[in-house]
Amino acid sequence: MSLQPRTLFQKIWDKHLVVQEPHSPAILYVDLHLIHEVTSPQAFTGLRNRNLQVRRPDRTLATMDHSIPTTPLSLPMADTQAAAQLEQLAKNCAEFDIELFDMDSPWRGIVHVIGPELGRTQPGMTIVCGDSHTSTHGALGALAFGIGTSEVEHVLASQCLLQEKPKTFEVRVDGTLREGISAKDVILALIAKIGTAGGTGHVFEYTGTAIRTLSIEERMTVCNMSIEGGARAGMVGPDDSTFEYLANREYAPKGLEWEYALEAWRKLPTDSGAVYDRSITLNANDLEPMITFGTNPGMGIPITKCVPDPSQVGNADTRQSLENALTYMGLQPGQKLLGQPIDVVFIGSCTNGRISDLRLAADILRGHKVAENVRMLVVPGSQKVKQQAESEGLDRIFSTAGAEWREAGCSMCIAMNSDKVDPGQYAVSTSNRNFEGRQGKGGRTFLASPLTAAAAAVRGEISDVRTML
Amino acid sequence: MAQFTQVTSRVIPLPNRNVDTDQIIPARFLKVTDKSGLGEALFSDWRYNADGSEKSDFVLNHKHHQGAQILLAGDNFGCGSSREHAPWALTSWGFRSVISTSFADIFHNNALKNGLLPVIVNKEIHQSLFDLVEEIPTVALTIDLASQSITLPDGDALKFPIDKFSKNCLLSGIDQLGYIMSHDAKISTYETS
Ligand code: SF4
Repeated sequence: MSLQPRTLFQKIWDKHLVVQEPHSPAILYVDLHLIHEVTSPQAFTGLRNRNLQVRRPDRTLATMDHSIPTTPLSLPMADTQAAAQLEQLAKNCAEFDIELFDMDSPWRGIVHVIGPELGRTQPGMTIVCGDSHTSTHGALGALAFGIGTSEVEHVLASQCLLQEKPKTFEVRVDGTLREGISAKDVILALIAKIGTAGGTGHVFEYTGTAIRTLSIEERMTVCNMSIEGGARAGMVGPDDSTFEYLANREYAPKGLEWEYALEAWRKLPTDSGAVYDRSITLNANDLEPMITFGTNPGMGIPITKCVPDPSQVGNADTRQSLENALTYMGLQPGQKLLGQPIDVVFIGSCTNGRISDLRLAADILRGHKVAENVRMLVVPGSQKVKQQAESEGLDRIFSTAGAEWREAGCSMCIAMNSDKVDPGQYAVSTSNRNFEGRQGKGGRTFLASPLTAAAAAVRGEISDVRTML
Repeated sequence: MAQFTQVTSRVIPLPNRNVDTDQIIPARFLKVTDKSGLGEALFSDWRYNADGSEKSDFVLNHKHHQGAQILLAGDNFGCGSSREHAPWALTSWGFRSVISTSFADIFHNNALKNGLLPVIVNKEIHQSLFDLVEEIPTVALTIDLASQSITLPDGDALKFPIDKFSKNCLLSGIDQLGYIMSHDAKISTYETS
């Protein structure tokens, strides 16, 4: 019996390894496969073409999130192409006997919000989805990969994924977050430090006191953007907060099964003495609210700092990408972002569309109005989040302030429906990607936390939320 | 699965670093239920003006680049969204291979499954290829998978790495799902254990 200390990643990997032949990727068993309308249709076509079945419909779960409208559900869908894609998902799920949370389901929502919320996501699991932010589920101590559509087909047919074994990367966050600084600022600071390719080939494990004190929802925000740092997955060792979060959720084990599960889950955290391939340490005490200024999530700065000046950059490639980014963003080298006028504020997405995010934003908006000329959209991450928010009266705080309160979905994070930032407009967004045109063709995105986004909505310009607390 | 053995072609240089899959194919083109025709939307926001006409200064629109099958890309190509529509759009336009110093993991995986060969070269070779294409815009390179080499017009051959499994799959067009399914008995044993 080997007693070599192992990381959380290694334990889950070992447990799910079905086959490892020399010079081949591992065949890894998948406990939970989440699917949605956008990246699954061609996979089902592949299945049909090969005359294959879905191996484990019971381990597969579907939702509608990416292209759905967030306007009242009673309205017919104007986008016929999106409607046809949703229709196709419903048809595929019916034919292959897969559970689907459709438009009318009270459990529908963004795939990475509903998995944990319903207790489908559990510690020690392997989870995949045809979506890069599947890393979110790692917040509960699962190993969760985003995959392509060919791999969706592989998993549907075989319940397995071919995967080269990733390396491990410990991201240690010591210290304590100060007031006004949130999980989003932690992850934006990490990506600003290591760049969008910093974690390529690795799985992040977030450790340290600052991570331990984060709520499970906050850990999800951190794990969610692991992919933005290039990592294949991000995870946090499960602890009492994890178990408390999961207890009594719809799909969580109950009774004696819960006791057995707990016993197994408590063995998952990384053993002392286990070695990571790489490590980095951040100090939470040093963090400020973060905001991006450029066109990838690595282009982030503390909110009080100035936009970098490309002429000060030695490396020609870096200088060029910085210049391109500033041109697209319409920003001047060396300018301050504080005081920058904005047009749109988006609160939502699988990064920051959970109830705790909405509470943070509502706290800032309470008793205030959204600034004139600013459009603010608040889109809950799931219908359950929406119901919870409404039961707490958050919807009224948003509506009274002049924000639009919407149905759940991905919305302006990806702009596949009509929720878009217009060309040239500036948006402060709690989502995860500031790529050119991500929130609408020609739209310009500043990524930030729900606190910073809400502060911008009230002031009509980029603001330091700490002056409003 | 699509096969890849060798390609000889002109090269389109796109030095931008961190090209994300939202640029390769914007999300509004993802509402399809099949894979065909996505080449039209490749690099859409960089390629077309608001009125739908082509932007004459974008590399893909240059006359001498039509029909080229090799993309010479900047570092960390294909980051961001996991959409396999990105390699579908690239292959649908006609690309067979992308050369860069690095690729984002999911894009790299997706490309291999679609017969689009990701060729990883070091910084020096990367720069020398950009220099070469700038000097001779119509230069043709040969990328040969079996020998894992890029051959320059003067006959020089530059080696590139690729894992054995992907190489074999691409050379013989072997389907990766077929490989997994060949271990069906082991999967069943795993499920019952
Ligand atoms: S909210 Fe955005 S990032 Fe998250 S799953 Fe939806 S589109 Fe993807």
